[in-house]
Amino acid sequence: MRNDVIQLSYIAATVLFILGLRGMSSPRAARRGIVWAGVGMVIATAATFLTPGMGNYLLMVIAIGLGGGIALAAGRRVKMTDMPQMVAVYNGMGGGAAAGIAAAEFLRIGQMPTSFAVLGIAGALIGAVAFSGSMVAFSKLQGFIKKSFLFPGQNIFNAAVLVATVAFGAITVLQHLDVVGGPEHLMLTIFFTLALIYGVLMTLPIGGADMPVVISLFNALTGLAVALEGYVLGNAALIIAGTVVGAAGTLLTQLMAKAMNRSLANVLFAGFGAHGGAELAAVEGSMKEMSADDAAATMAYAQKVIIVPGYGMAVAQAQHKIWELAKTLDEKGVEVKFAIHPVAGRMPGHMNVLLAEAGVPYDLIHDLDEINAEFPQADVALVIGANDVVNPAAREDKGSPIYGMPILDVDKAGTALVIKRGRGAGFAGIENRLFYADATRMVFGDAQDVANRLVQGVKKM
Amino acid sequence: MIDGYVAIFIFLLAAFTGYEVISRVPVILHTPLMSGSNFVHGIVVVGAMVALGVAETTPERIIGFVAVLLGAANAVGGYVVTERMLEMFKSSDDRRAAGGSGEKTGERQKAGPDA
Repeated sequence: MRNDVIQLSYIAATVLFILGLRGMSSPRAARRGIVWAGVGMVIATAATFLTPGMGNYLLMVIAIGLGGGIALAAGRRVKMTDMPQMVAVYNGMGGGAAAGIAAAEFLRIGQMPTSFAVLGIAGALIGAVAFSGSMVAFSKLQGFIKKSFLFPGQNIFNAAVLVATVAFGAITVLQHLDVVGGPEHLMLTIFFTLALIYGVLMTLPIGGADMPVVISLFNALTGLAVALEGYVLGNAALIIAGTVVGAAGTLLTQLMAKAMNRSLANVLFAGFGAHGGAELAAVEGSMKEMSADDAAATMAYAQKVIIVPGYGMAVAQAQHKIWELAKTLDEKGVEVKFAIHPVAGRMPGHMNVLLAEAGVPYDLIHDLDEINAEFPQADVALVIGANDVVNPAAREDKGSPIYGMPILDVDKAGTALVIKRGRGAGFAGIENRLFYADATRMVFGDAQDVANRLVQGVKKM
Repeated sequence: MIDGYVAIFIFLLAAFTGYEVISRVPVILHTPLMSGSNFVHGIVVVGAMVALGVAETTPERIIGFVAVLLGAANAVGGYVVTERMLEMFKSSDDRRAAGGSGEKTGERQKAGPDA
């Protein structure tokens, strides 16, 4: 009876998880989806307390309260811009938990069947690597680790560590199965230590813009680790949820690597990458409007144009048109560069990925530190759906919520052209002085539409 | 206990399900998706609870405790941040419904002409 309740709860949770993820196919259903998945998690957790033959309930409650409480507080307070590292941390914790399950199973008295031991140790390896790797990814995104550590022969060294880890894992399994003797706990400890070290070594050389790919990969790995430990524990909910996440993460990792015009191997082993991204809000007031044709002429007769894409470009899916515009300007002999702010709307490198998807080569894209000195020499800065990241208030206005945030100095360019969708009163955005500046001209319309008209306008010149 | 072959069937079906479900997710939602799937593997907390529940020695208890703690943090944290992100999608949807014409939505999106 108890067991039926538990199993039915797990089935319900599994269904809710899948429906929840399915909800993500549209922004509208997505929030409902995550709530469903949340309900599933609560049901599964509550039912697990009924598992026969368990003890340590006090410890269990304390651990859940402590872990959940800290995560709740951190998750509520984390800034949107810091979200990717937060996701990395939570993901790493899941990997760590999976590795912990495996460790506990190997420490237990009694023998697991061969397949359990083998898959258990595989899950332990994957989980431990995801754990320490995610923590390094977090440290990098958080700015605790600023350098990418590169040394000659790094890939070979890392591969050697991985081989050693697998070897010790194999020894641990053989000892568990009583095929070979020796100090079991020592081998298990060495195995875990090496696995954790490998996760660190693997992640250290990878740069900022590639982090989303890495985080996604670790997400997939954690899913797989959870699935493997689910097999060891005989828990179908863990197997299914873990596998679904593993498949999802794999797909996502591939998509991201592909959108960056890089292979996963290139991301993992090439050891480079830069920051990027931007976000958007809106304000209104008396702004100086310019038609798309005039804006096109301004750009066509410029010597240097810096394009600043923001989240609004992503919203309008205008990156392809913007790239076409850049190419058209280039044909006219105008020097075009893209400037990307390190604060992403959704994740670091989001704009890079979008521009890369449209076909913009890496060398045209510059981050804040590289490009900011160039704005005074630029005739035109074209801002597409970026707001906060070009708001001079961040430099000047101590009362502004964004004060102190580094911005792209668009206002120092000869003319700032701002593509903005509507004139109407804006949503509760932070007032942007850039839009009222003497050298700023507003081009109203959907970013994709305006970009299209700009392309036509420049071609006519 | 789940028999080896049954486990393989479960694994395969779940992998296909995951792939199919996720391949329908638009690019715009990829980061919430990442965080949402991150939350889903927080189910590991259930396994960790069992591992701690059957722990008999001190090392087992310590490891089990840490595993539950990490798993719970994974689940709760994953949920909170995903929900927060998706909340923003919701509000931009509302604005779109109020008169905007945007195809996709995003956090802190521009308002439509009459918003």
